[in-house]
Amino acid sequence: MLRRTFLGLLGAAGVGAALGKSAHAAGNKQFAGHPGSCGVLFDATRCIGCRRCEAGCNKVNELPAPARPFDDLSVLDVKRRTDAKTYTVVNRYDKLPGAAGPVFRKNQCQHCLEPACASACFVRAFTKTEQGGVVWDGSVCVGCRYCMIACPFDIPTFEYDEPLTPRIMKCTLCQPLIITGKLAVPGCVSACPVEALVYGARADLLRIARERLRALPGRYRNHIYGEQEMGGTSWLYLSGVPFKAIGMREDLGIVPAPEMTSGALGAVPIIAGLWPVLLTGIYAVSKRKDKIAHEEKVMAVSEAVAKAQEKAEANLHRALAKAETEKKSAIEKEVKKALEEAAKAQTQEGE
Amino acid sequence: MSIETPAVKKSWLTPFNVVVGLIILIGAVITALRFTKGLGAVTNLSDNNPWGMWIAFDLMCGVALAAGGYTTSTAVYIFGLKRYHSAVRPAILTAFLGYSLVGFALLYDVGRPWRLPYPFFVQSGTTSVLFEVGLCVMLYLSVLFVEWMPAALERLGFSKIRNFVVKLILPLTILGVILSTMHQSSLGALYLIAPSKLHPLWYSGYLPVFFFVSSIAAGLSMVIFEGTLSHRYLHDKMDETYLREHDEVTLGFGKGAALVLAGYFLIKVVGITIDDNWHYLGTGYGTWFLVELLGFVALPCFLFALGVREKNLTLIRGAAVLTVLGIVLNRFNVTLVAFNWQLPAAERYFPSWMEIAISLYIVALGLTIFTFISKNMPIFYEHPNFKEHEPPDLHEHKLKRHPQTFGH
Repeated sequence: MLRRTFLGLLGAAGVGAALGKSAHAAGNKQFAGHPGSCGVLFDATRCIGCRRCEAGCNKVNELPAPARPFDDLSVLDVKRRTDAKTYTVVNRYDKLPGAAGPVFRKNQCQHCLEPACASACFVRAFTKTEQGGVVWDGSVCVGCRYCMIACPFDIPTFEYDEPLTPRIMKCTLCQPLIITGKLAVPGCVSACPVEALVYGARADLLRIARERLRALPGRYRNHIYGEQEMGGTSWLYLSGVPFKAIGMREDLGIVPAPEMTSGALGAVPIIAGLWPVLLTGIYAVSKRKDKIAHEEKVMAVSEAVAKAQEKAEANLHRALAKAETEKKSAIEKEVKKALEEAAKAQTQEGE
Repeated sequence: MSIETPAVKKSWLTPFNVVVGLIILIGAVITALRFTKGLGAVTNLSDNNPWGMWIAFDLMCGVALAAGGYTTSTAVYIFGLKRYHSAVRPAILTAFLGYSLVGFALLYDVGRPWRLPYPFFVQSGTTSVLFEVGLCVMLYLSVLFVEWMPAALERLGFSKIRNFVVKLILPLTILGVILSTMHQSSLGALYLIAPSKLHPLWYSGYLPVFFFVSSIAAGLSMVIFEGTLSHRYLHDKMDETYLREHDEVTLGFGKGAALVLAGYFLIKVVGITIDDNWHYLGTGYGTWFLVELLGFVALPCFLFALGVREKNLTLIRGAAVLTVLGIVLNRFNVTLVAFNWQLPAAERYFPSWMEIAISLYIVALGLTIFTFISKNMPIFYEHPNFKEHEPPDLHEHKLKRHPQTFGH
């Protein structure tokens, strides 16, 4: 009964954690994205840093107005990141070797094919939709911010000033607006005046990107950022300068984030399976050792007792025998004394 | 030994009480601020640094330093080292309080604390390491609660339930070890998903193993360290058995800690070797890594070994303090110092004074509750009604078993 309850609990603890869909540590599966899913191609050689994409994003997502207006380009003097009121930012990179003027780079959620945030979330608040966007569900989010730790692109943001109902804020690829038919393309894409942004099926975007690389090899670095990074992202980037120079990490590798933890998660049920065996084994050995030690002690004691008893009996016998002889001689002595006294009395009477 | 000590009329205004009271008062004010103005008002957390002091200290260190519970009960009930019996109850109490306070601290840190049960009851993200941590911590907290119950039940005199619970100790201990192995290691595994943010000297595929093994050293050292403190401040609550076994526990656990730290040192070196990270040792982070590895792993390991050989209890206690500090240092390094090392200094995190105050407040709460329970329940002494060897005329029911003796 006890054992059964115990094993049941073990199962609950181990297997529950092991049944993750993407825990395929030993598998050879590779997810190349939902077929037909959409993304955006950003071309850094075309971007002019006008910040209209920021304004477009702000408008369609009904985000609060910024402290300084979107046509104030001095905002670009400092490096910025996404925050709880800004889903996308453009940064300016000056005096780069090989570039005639400043280079601009737009940043927002990359919409990974296998998102780190979705893998890290313990309530599955993030979903990689079949349309391509990674969206967040506020009805289950606990606000633990592990998604922010996990994201290699530093994208999710948190409403630190909300005491009780803080949300995770990040670009949705305008997915909810596109699905409901309010928008045809994301707000940033439609706002771009120079076609630095192209929205479409990821497969088509890859073709367009390759075509540009082929047609103008001198203009671009021969790399499509996002094709492989972190297992691939729905956003793709072309640039004329090294990606590192425009604030994009080149050391992320091509392993999708869920695979980084699947090995450790896979070890969990093994612990649940083997630890009880090992521990009960150690317990049994130590208990048996105690038992044997106890038995040996008991045996030694009874032997010692038996020996002592034997010795005591022998002593007793000897003492009894001695007492017997002593008693005999004492009686003889007494008898002799009595006889002597009787003889003495007779002689006295005879006188 | 009587349960109720005669109430000595002492003033409440001891320095300890004043300091603790002040900390709790400040903590209460910051608590109000946190839940009315938000995390932004009291912490230095940012979008780049979503986890700060409360995760580094309250969660990471809290869980590691509460490892004394499973290490001690394993030593006594599984390995059969019965001469350390008297160390079990204080260790279980510390672990139970430690984990409770970890949960309490999380109420401050997460955005919507009332949703903390959501992963288990509303929607489970089983691909998340954090799900595993949460599930194991929650289950282990329940295990610790049951393991701690005999003390309370003895105090209340519920001998039937108490005897039933005592019978559960072996399965509970095994379950506790499984759950501890899982979540101690998983706290390290949390960072496996972010190799691009954690410095290579601290990032390793072995992070879960490092966290688990170091938690054993932390647990053993905490038992020694706490024993020293309790010995000084709760001496009047200790019975002869506890006092007699106290030095033996220090020696035995010191020996254990020396071995575990030696193993930990070796696997840390394996970690650097396997990823070929030796060249980082020449950098600033490398120096800091060496301070941690040599000063807070190798050194206490050596001091423990020396202390055990020379039977020098003071040395062992010193080594225990050094190990505890080393574990704190390691968890801070992984969570804060080596995390986001790629960011420019201006975007790095340093805790606000209010974050530190809340952490102190939680420690103060823990100390207060620990002292209260040890003064009112049989923690450092055996309850006269539940003693292993008692005068036979004391009471009618025959409870010959030691409260913590299992499976004779």
